[in-house]
Amino acid sequence: MNTEQNTKNDALIHVKNVKKYFPIKGGVLKRTIGHVKAVDDVSFSINKGETLGIVGESGSGKSTLGRVMLRLLDPTEGSIHFNGIDISHLKRREIRPHRRDMQIVFQDPFASLNSKMSVAELVEEPLLVQTKLTKSERRAKAIEMIEQVGLRAKDRLKYPHEFSGGQRQRISIARALITRPKFVICDEPVSALDVSIQAQVLNLMKDLQEEFNLTYLFIAHDLSVVKHISDRIAVMYLGRIVEITNKKDLYEEPLHPYSQALLASIPIIDTGEATKAKKEKITLTGDIPSPANPPSGCSFRTRCPFAHERCKVERPELIEKEKGHFVACHLYDK
Amino acid sequence: MKKHAVLDVAQLKTYFYLNNGQVAKAVDGVSLSISPGETVAIVGESGSGKSITALSIMKLINKPGRIVNGEIALNGKEMQALSEKQMTGIRGNDIAMIFQEPMTALNPVFTIGNQITEILRKHKKMNKKDAQAKAIHLLKTVGIPRAEEIIHEYPHQLSGGMRQRVMIAMAISCDPKLLIADEPTTALDVTIQAQILDLMLEMKEKFHMALLLITHDLGVVSEYADRVLVMYGGQIVEQAKTKELLRHTKHPYTQGLMQSLPKLDEDVDRLGTIKGMVPPAYNFPAGCRFSSRCPFVMDKCKVSNPELTEIDTDHFVRCHLYENAGDES
Repeated sequence: MNTEQNTKNDALIHVKNVKKYFPIKGGVLKRTIGHVKAVDDVSFSINKGETLGIVGESGSGKSTLGRVMLRLLDPTEGSIHFNGIDISHLKRREIRPHRRDMQIVFQDPFASLNSKMSVAELVEEPLLVQTKLTKSERRAKAIEMIEQVGLRAKDRLKYPHEFSGGQRQRISIARALITRPKFVICDEPVSALDVSIQAQVLNLMKDLQEEFNLTYLFIAHDLSVVKHISDRIAVMYLGRIVEITNKKDLYEEPLHPYSQALLASIPIIDTGEATKAKKEKITLTGDIPSPANPPSGCSFRTRCPFAHERCKVERPELIEKEKGHFVACHLYDK
Repeated sequence: MKKHAVLDVAQLKTYFYLNNGQVAKAVDGVSLSISPGETVAIVGESGSGKSITALSIMKLINKPGRIVNGEIALNGKEMQALSEKQMTGIRGNDIAMIFQEPMTALNPVFTIGNQITEILRKHKKMNKKDAQAKAIHLLKTVGIPRAEEIIHEYPHQLSGGMRQRVMIAMAISCDPKLLIADEPTTALDVTIQAQILDLMLEMKEKFHMALLLITHDLGVVSEYADRVLVMYGGQIVEQAKTKELLRHTKHPYTQGLMQSLPKLDEDVDRLGTIKGMVPPAYNFPAGCRFSSRCPFVMDKCKVSNPELTEIDTDHFVRCHLYENAGDES
């Protein structure tokens, strides 16, 4: 049932049955009265040099999953193996040496950069924590990195407010890559940017991946962006992976009704030529249920056009329908 | 300009006078007209002036901004001369507007019912009971379940999609002739976006409104708009029927936008990009405003700003490449 079987050999990161529950406190005594199941039993692995995309709408748990994988949050259950080492239970001090190999680029480059630090200071700060390089060595490396992400060396003395959104995201990327990580989580890195700038940043991320042999986990809500950059894609809904496969299969032959609806709801630009016949339009009704109180059985059943009795009582497991194509839906596990 | 246009805007200029003496020409000579029942989209990136155009139509420009030029006519009636009090009678009544972020557009300390009945009582002079009944009816029209209960709830108790439905209910409450929607679905998830856009079209048909849709998403434009205006640097750079514009894209900026979008149905290794970034509105390049980023830039582009010219039936482009009709490049 797990996706790890076919990729065991060169997996860089290995997530097994990871859960992250946030307690809901209530009453005078602040007792725990329930849990938000942000990530609920998720397993997958990412190979070296691969890009795994995670798509999902708000509340699907995709960002929480990213944070748990970097141990910015502690998992409630399950294990995370990075480069063969189980990092899910390491203590804070023990995990620090691993941090240089795992970095993250956040969505909002306006909030994630300290406005009182110059570009050079921002970019070299990780080296200060992670290495014993001297000041001049650090500065030299920072300048090299600044140029590598497409900024000018003289920009190093400027402050974040002097840059546009796209340039700030370049600073964030430089800061993430300065420690030469193996694995980078990109959490909606382009969704705050205009389309013409978005394309520049996506191209840069692809170039850097080749240059540094990076492995990416690319989190986004925009399926066309995810498809552009990813090799494989996992679709999340209410804390669970409902489908995971390579991008070609997901686009051409989505199995899960949610993936189908997600694809169908993206407005397509009709340029006349080569536009495939518009898929049967499935517009989902209703809202995403609260992860604090998910529906019984299959969590998608309240919005699923194919829901039947069994979906109410039994939660579908992720099964391998075709080679490398996993889906969690009762339509396929008869 | 068509006769009987719902909205007719001619040579609108909205400038912002900055403290340091600079003038930001946020909207600089925009003309547009919308026929009854038509959906017109304005597309552009941040800083293109698309939202300021909408706010200017509503006369919602505050200092240091000012509408310095232009005529705005609603149903043939000039609005420039109207007093603020007369404008209040038009806003929400003849023209309604939906904003991007429904949480900030709704007042958090009043119930949903309160906020809808306020409009009805003010514009339609309804009594409290009638307004309440109408509010419930409106909420049902926009597909809100449990409308009788929802009117007693507060905005924070609703999801983003539901809040946007409430905004639409408020917008249609006084049967406006024109609905302006400024990025109405940008803050919503895709599956919810499809619901809301479908609902807006349905309401448009049902209440015979014209729709001015402001967006950055060419996909949304392709599926929902009849006609498109592409804005760059406070000016319209290309304008045509949606199909025509997307199939026979002429302006280098529009072409660049189309190429920089990742597409679901094709695989490319690298995306096309537009080099550089949108210039600030107080410091446009001399000549054509796109000249600093244009891959086809010529000498004359740096000195003179081209006029918006009709190069094909109803297809207007502001670009020196197309200046001599028939001069294919």
